[in-house]
Amino acid sequence: MNVLKRSYLFFFINSIFFISCSSDNENNSYELLAEENEQYSGGTNGTVFNISQEAFGFFSNHLTAEQQSDFGIGNSFFRQSWVSAPATTTARDGLGPFYNAISCSSCHFKDGRGRPPMFEGELGTGLLLRLNLPQNDVHGGYLPEPVYGNQLQDVAISGQNKQGDYSIAYEYLYETYSDGTQVELRKPIYTIQNLGYGTLSASVQVSPRIANQMIGMGLLEAIPETTLLSFQDISDANGDGISGKANYVFDIVSQTTKMGRFGWKANQPNVKQQVAGAFSGDIGITSSIFPNENLPTGFDGSIIPNGGIPEITDETLEKVVLYSSSLSVPARRNYQNQNVLKGKQLFNEIQCTKCHIPKITTSNTYYIEAFRNQVIRPYTDLLLHDMGTDLADNAPDYLATGNEWRTPPLWGIGLIPTVNNHTYLLHDGRARNVEEAILWHGGEAINAKNNFKNLSQSDRQNVIDFINSL
Amino acid sequence: MKKVNLLKLLILSITISMVFNSCQDDDTTTVESVSKELVIENYTNLVYTNYLDAYNDAVALKTAINNFTASPSQELFNDAKTAWKTARESYGTTEAFRFIDGPIDNENGPEAFLNAWPLDENFIDYVDGASSSGIINNTLNYPTLSKSLLESLNEEGGEKNISIGYHAIEFLLWGQDLTLPSVNLAGQRSYTDFVDGGTASNQDRRRQYLDICVDLLTEHLEYLVEEWKPNGTYRNYFLSLDKNEALKKMFTGAIVLVYSELAIERVDVALYNQNQEDEHSCFSDNTHRDIRLNLQGVINVYRGSYHSVSGVSLENLVRESDFNLSNDVNVAITDALNKTNAILTPFDMAIQDGPTSEEGAKVKEAVEAMQLMGSNLIAAAQSLGITIQ
Repeated sequence: MNVLKRSYLFFFINSIFFISCSSDNENNSYELLAEENEQYSGGTNGTVFNISQEAFGFFSNHLTAEQQSDFGIGNSFFRQSWVSAPATTTARDGLGPFYNAISCSSCHFKDGRGRPPMFEGELGTGLLLRLNLPQNDVHGGYLPEPVYGNQLQDVAISGQNKQGDYSIAYEYLYETYSDGTQVELRKPIYTIQNLGYGTLSASVQVSPRIANQMIGMGLLEAIPETTLLSFQDISDANGDGISGKANYVFDIVSQTTKMGRFGWKANQPNVKQQVAGAFSGDIGITSSIFPNENLPTGFDGSIIPNGGIPEITDETLEKVVLYSSSLSVPARRNYQNQNVLKGKQLFNEIQCTKCHIPKITTSNTYYIEAFRNQVIRPYTDLLLHDMGTDLADNAPDYLATGNEWRTPPLWGIGLIPTVNNHTYLLHDGRARNVEEAILWHGGEAINAKNNFKNLSQSDRQNVIDFINSL
Repeated sequence: MKKVNLLKLLILSITISMVFNSCQDDDTTTVESVSKELVIENYTNLVYTNYLDAYNDAVALKTAINNFTASPSQELFNDAKTAWKTARESYGTTEAFRFIDGPIDNENGPEAFLNAWPLDENFIDYVDGASSSGIINNTLNYPTLSKSLLESLNEEGGEKNISIGYHAIEFLLWGQDLTLPSVNLAGQRSYTDFVDGGTASNQDRRRQYLDICVDLLTEHLEYLVEEWKPNGTYRNYFLSLDKNEALKKMFTGAIVLVYSELAIERVDVALYNQNQEDEHSCFSDNTHRDIRLNLQGVINVYRGSYHSVSGVSLENLVRESDFNLSNDVNVAITDALNKTNAILTPFDMAIQDGPTSEEGAKVKEAVEAMQLMGSNLIAAAQSLGITIQ
């Protein structure tokens, strides 16, 4: 009797809420409901309601006045182009001598996501190649390529030879759904060429990395480590085929080993080191964290004027870090639509949520007060997972093997086309849309992928619609 | 037993559904002396009238520029510059209609084609030390200039790669501001940059580039007028919105502008960086007008008045819901106006010595007053049950 009552109550509550403006629900026997506050992907303090091209670029009005000011100044340095030293704009010189882009926003256009070059020689769109050797350094990371360092910079300042560049050829593969539908996938093959400073080591390992969207980084940093570690199951004790492993990496400021959270292989411990690393590797701007220019072995750096020691001051770096940490996450769209809610249910049922964790609460001690105690919906566990040999780069990074990648957060994914005018996904942009990205899942995610492949066409679309509502 | 329960629930559900059935018409469930409907209607008139003025002023700018490029002279060059400044007056206040996923900056909106900044000058034309830079001088890759080409190049390869819009036109009319702020001079481009055989090179392409820019400017503004005119597509949509949703949009556009875009991005950042490059209209030294006009745009939205348009407003609603709060908002508005007006003109002189200088401190005070005004508007919205994120 009780059970019956409850089910009727459920029905009535549903119908009350859905009476609202439209009447197209009347034929359905039941309705799926969104969770309360589900639309607030970045919590109540870190979510912005905007679906324009600027959707990734807003700060929360819960920041303090000083933080808002720093956000704006950080933004100006994020957006502006660096020039070679010496220059009249002393705050913005020191570019290179070797670099991939002249500004942060070149690759993270409007704080969004980069893509592979569309044609050979197209530069600064947000794809770079990491280089290393299969031998550990003293901190448990991997040794850089002996001549070119840990990143191929494909541009040099005027008068210098660039380190080299690369071309991409695509190889095509096919996946077939249970219903017989076939989907074409493309796999990139990289050729490094036009090397300016001698040959590459024969044992070099190359890992392509796409520039990620910048939203919600502080919220991810604010997740308690214990929460993330509770998702670990390194030896797959529960037998679900999914392990999950934290990366542990070297934190330069504290000179200790810390859990990695950022980067495609979770190889950076915090936003600050990620940002300083990008200034150094991608733009050639030195900082107190990375005081040395990236120069090929044998290149005499003393002949190149620098833009100060370091080239970005600690004060400015801190502002760019604050900026990078406090970009709000866009609110969900269409989250109450039945197809989206059905997709959400399926996303859970086919086990995507084992790694793409839907809901996490941030810590109560994070340095940006506005981001404390926020219920966020990042759809990540920030852990490493074996994603199979097809997706592997075979380039380990600290504890991450050549098959392992960090679960990327999915929030904001549906707005990438609006902000960046493309839908390329995964670490190298090989997936041309959400569907292809799902079909590249392997390794620990093979069951989830196969479950997806067994869905009907309309249910697959529901899952994709759900992901695009994030 | 079951029936009784069902009946009770049914009655309950009807009661609740009446309470929640708010989409159709608020006025049937609560009695209001200030009609939200009229407030919203007045807003749509205000937006339309302001965009129409911006369009008409852009058409006048187009005439002035076409006259100049037809037979370049110092006098016609000056006329074009004056027309540009006039056009900025009516556009400046419209910026309070942004940030609401409306026609100006929803996913198809032309905002980036109209008012994008800061821009890298060398993307468009020659600059000091690079005489052949820019699209104008790149005859190899861009042999033929056209509307579609220049529009496609906007923001190509970087956020500061701006090819078109008010500030592209501004750069073509004034040129780089290469003098020290203390000299109190705007950019000093010579009109002979547009005269065949005159200064710089590719004068014909420079004339053509300028003509194309102003053509695009009027077209994009015309689109906004069409969307907001009586029976326009977006205006009808806006009027059909749930009333609190429409009010929320009105507040949001105004608040985001005054609280972050204006106070932080356009004023505070330039002050900290002490850099002319970070001011909004750096070539013409017209930034002081941009700042005041943006602020006025926010006030216009709140008070529902703009030139001939006047009617019941957000202010009336707030006054009704919380009299003391509406007084606080008015005090904050007056304070922001006073402190903004106290900023030294031109703006590059006000910021040149940073926030701790005497003039810089006044700029910082204006920033704080604008932010306080924004906070008051957030509270004002909240008093109507509208939460601004």
